[in-house]
Amino acid sequence: MKRSMTSRRTNLMNYATYLLVIAFFAVITVMNSSGNLSSIMKGMLVPICAYSVMAVSLNLTVGILGELSLGHAGFMSVGAFTGVTAAVALGNHVSSAPVRLLVGMVVGAIFAAIVGVLIGIPVLRLKGDYLAIVTLAFGEIIKGIFNNLYVGLDSRGFHISLLSDTTNLDPDGTLIIGGPMGLKSIPTIATFTSGIILLLITLVVVFHLVNSRTGRAVMAIRDNRIAAESIGINVTKYKLMAFTVSAALAGAAGSLFAMNYTTMVANKFDFNTSILILVFVVLGGQGNMMGSIIAASALTILPEALRSFSTYRMLVYAIVLILVMLATNNPTLKSFFSRKKKTDVPLDPDEPGDGDEGKEAV
Amino acid sequence: MTFLSFLISGISLGSIYAIIALGYTMVYGIAKMLNFAHGDVIMVGAYICFFATSRYEMPPIVGILLAVVVCTILGIVIEKLAYKPLRAAPILAVLITAIGVSYFLQNAALLLWSSNPKVFKPIVPTGSRITLFDGQLSISVITLVTIASCIVIMIALTTFTSKSKMGKAMRACSEDKGAAQLMGINVNATISLTFAIGSGLAAIAGVLLCSAYPTLVPTTGAMPGIKAFTAAVFGGIGSIPGALVGGILLGVIEIFAKAYITTQLSDAICFAVLIVVLLVKPAGLLGKQIREKV
Repeated sequence: MKRSMTSRRTNLMNYATYLLVIAFFAVITVMNSSGNLSSIMKGMLVPICAYSVMAVSLNLTVGILGELSLGHAGFMSVGAFTGVTAAVALGNHVSSAPVRLLVGMVVGAIFAAIVGVLIGIPVLRLKGDYLAIVTLAFGEIIKGIFNNLYVGLDSRGFHISLLSDTTNLDPDGTLIIGGPMGLKSIPTIATFTSGIILLLITLVVVFHLVNSRTGRAVMAIRDNRIAAESIGINVTKYKLMAFTVSAALAGAAGSLFAMNYTTMVANKFDFNTSILILVFVVLGGQGNMMGSIIAASALTILPEALRSFSTYRMLVYAIVLILVMLATNNPTLKSFFSRKKKTDVPLDPDEPGDGDEGKEAV
Repeated sequence: MTFLSFLISGISLGSIYAIIALGYTMVYGIAKMLNFAHGDVIMVGAYICFFATSRYEMPPIVGILLAVVVCTILGIVIEKLAYKPLRAAPILAVLITAIGVSYFLQNAALLLWSSNPKVFKPIVPTGSRITLFDGQLSISVITLVTIASCIVIMIALTTFTSKSKMGKAMRACSEDKGAAQLMGINVNATISLTFAIGSGLAAIAGVLLCSAYPTLVPTTGAMPGIKAFTAAVFGGIGSIPGALVGGILLGVIEIFAKAYITTQLSDAICFAVLIVVLLVKPAGLLGKQIREKV
């Protein structure tokens, strides 16, 4: 009885999330055609989509799998660099921009997934803060490598070198990745429509994963790893599965994000970006995909909306962030809301089985 | 001889990491939170010392003391305003708040002191060096001062936590907060004290860091902060000797990677070593292996 009610509730939430994204798309399209959209807002549409996908994919790791990742921008970086390389390489043969964008995103997702598996196998053996620090380290390593990677393309094929530019390209060749200069001459083929489609695909993937046998296994691991293991759930397999899906989606988002700009450096995807995405997830609520999208959109727009504060805007941003965290965790407010929705399962992946559920019930 | 001089500068850099890592590790041990604003307290300390010594021409020792006092107060204020209301909140909420505090400090510094790099006046005159082995080995005095301060701080802190009443209260709180409270320990005051000590140490680390690398900008503390945090994890987070071992190892690895492999990838190499260590010893070098009870 209780379970059927919760699952109906989840389904409703999922449809509401799809509806929100489509409504957002419709509003923006109408505003755009009637000319009510400022140029700053237009430039932010693709980043909003990319950051939303990043937030939803990280929420899969943090909210559903219950592991803190501080290197999600690393996967974004892998997706951006490999995806753009694919799109540039395809530029000589295929003229259709959407096809190149699609191939770029798929290649970005595949490479990010491969890196996700490679990182995940050793890393997921660790727990809690140690896992977090290793993902942080991994993000920094990826940044270091892309800052020193040179990839060129000419009639003889790809030329790759590390540390210094020894690609020796033919005169007709182009240097796609130029070490610290990053990606040069990116085809700016990312569009708002493609961003919304990617976001919808991400939601379909994540919701189906969460509501499947796999998703229930993953959440069982989050809530109590030992209990899950004892009933025969293969912990490593399911953890790795969720982690890899999360990485692949981040790779696609990175590819989309990069193709909104003409140049992109590896330092764009640093620790601060990983943290920014984590902020979206925590503000939106762990395990709450709609919240992630809203938080990602709001916080991408907020620094621009605060332009009237000019030099104080980042200071105001910081204060808003602290105040929101203090307000949402205020015990008085919390007890008020928990009285309203008692049926909700407490989502507290940080302290599984630490007696927290018991405390809330009192 | 070049090997020896690299080793010494590695230990010196590692000493700075170790002092910063102490702040992380103590706060983690007692409050179970990752204080991401710690790196920015370093920066504030360095700025205070810079203004005291360069602008108002005070002697270096006064500058250091002033920096320590200001950072200690700052640490307590941050703890009271931002972290204390979140004692019962999930770890992630506290983490995000710490990041908010970090942004706040960086941007406040940007507004107050502008983004123009300040040239920090080292606390020991630059160029003062000690030469050994008939001039084959030359060590700058600041390197030795850094290593010496690290040793002194370590001894003082170990004595404090093992012998004094307050130190014992700190250890009790990190072991079990509820039980400590039942034994009559004021848990809140103890946590505040930990923040105060950590922030004071951060000020010293900031002064030493900027004496060795004298460019001072509002983001100066960020990267050393992250590296010291990895150093703390490296040695086993929550353990004071672990912070020393982790910090010094990280410093030595970084300098050797720069000297013998490549400067461009030195950070990546540091982090790769960290990953390998954690895979072999999942709780860090000196960390406690906690067995899970079912």
